[in-house]
Amino acid sequence: MYQLRRFATRHARAYEMVYNASSPIILATLTVFNKLFGSKLDAPVTWFEKQVKGALFDCKMCGNCVLSSTGMTCPMNCPKTIRNGPCGGVRANGNCEVKPEMKCVWVDAWSGSQKMKHAQEIELIQFAPNHQHKGSSAWIRLAKEGGTNRATKSVSKAEV
Amino acid sequence: MNAQASQHPPVDNLGSPLPEAVGHVSQGRFERVLRQGHFVVTSEIAPPDSADADQVYERAALFDGVCDAINATDGSGANCHMSSVAVCALLSHVGYSPILQISCRDKNRIAIQGDVLGAAAMGVCNVLALSGDDVSAGDHPEAKPVFDLDSISLLTTIRTMRDESRFLSGRKLDKAPKVFAGSTINPFVPPIENRVRQLQKKVAAGAEFIQTQYCFDLPVLRDMMRRSVDMGLTEKAFILAGVGTLASANTARWLRTNVPGVHIPDELIQRLEGAENQKAEGQKICVELMQQCKEIEGISGVHVMAYRQEKYVAEMVRQSGVLDGRQVWAPGY
Repeated sequence: MYQLRRFATRHARAYEMVYNASSPIILATLTVFNKLFGSKLDAPVTWFEKQVKGALFDCKMCGNCVLSSTGMTCPMNCPKTIRNGPCGGVRANGNCEVKPEMKCVWVDAWSGSQKMKHAQEIELIQFAPNHQHKGSSAWIRLAKEGGTNRATKSVSKAEV
Repeated sequence: MNAQASQHPPVDNLGSPLPEAVGHVSQGRFERVLRQGHFVVTSEIAPPDSADADQVYERAALFDGVCDAINATDGSGANCHMSSVAVCALLSHVGYSPILQISCRDKNRIAIQGDVLGAAAMGVCNVLALSGDDVSAGDHPEAKPVFDLDSISLLTTIRTMRDESRFLSGRKLDKAPKVFAGSTINPFVPPIENRVRQLQKKVAAGAEFIQTQYCFDLPVLRDMMRRSVDMGLTEKAFILAGVGTLASANTARWLRTNVPGVHIPDELIQRLEGAENQKAEGQKICVELMQQCKEIEGISGVHVMAYRQEKYVAEMVRQSGVLDGRQVWAPGY
């Protein structure tokens, strides 16, 4: 999983393209599902999201997905679950202060974001996640709220 | 004078809070001195492993006359000590200008917002938002790490409470906490090229002052400051460079190996090794760093970190001359 997660960061541009292409389809499908079946399919959809994003990004199912704003690197893999990283403890080799064998999630995030078309999105302030959403599907919530795949809702303040 | 009065410095009206001033967010002396354009000096207290208030006052008194504000660390290195809120309340009571460090490691947003209100009620005018070291670094590695917020979310929280007079939930505050908000930055660890953009994020989130990690590598600091000035960040936030004294070459090696985020160039360690009196050389280096930081455009002050060497801070600051002869307020002056 760690290797796949790091592969996603190295190929953030390609992942972004796939993500941007697939997200509207996924959201449209889920919107239709929601209209037809209500919440009956929430459990299998959540399971499916967990399998796909878990395999590709080591997704922790925080339910507040910001992958497209963090260089396709899931920030919940940071031991401090920092959403606006990195912290000041990164090792000289770019590895994590807490897990010395792991590359700092946010060093990867900044590097991944610079490969992406929407490179500046990492500069947006992401407020701490809503813990009520933990374990739930970010896709379903976006579909129900009619949102986009870009995490504009958690951006609390304008840039400098 | 009874024994208690001699141990506790007298309450003096020249301390905080000061009268409200236009364009100032707090009534604290730290913000006032910065906005007056002075080069400031701050240092930090290691809160005692004790329930004795006098230990706090004894530690603070070491900085009398040379420090504009005193940071009270919040379980630094994830080790348990007296709480930073309590240290700041004690210091505020006698007129000092403490900086309340809040680490996101130990408290969730409910506890933190309560602390910000409580601290402000007790006269604390400055808050520093930190993510905090992980619990694994300290003496209670079995503790549950909280990290509900991170430093930028914490800044947003403080600014929401202060500027919108409400909790994050939206519930109104009868009186907003008028605190000067700050955070930290470490210019010396990866991703070095993006650290200035993270600084930009912190300023956007509401940081009005920044205290950096130890600056022993001035070329890197100069580069970040040049970019900060170009981006206009130093017009929005006061940057204080972190400086420190190294007791010996071995201490320096231990620090950079064991304390996350500390970067000390090899040349500096060699200079210490070659010195006859390593401790004196470490202090000389610290004095030089203060003087050099003062010359860097955009730097508004220095933050002196001298863990277990606090008694040398006053002399080093005086030697450096960075205060330009300014007499800093202290109880009894």
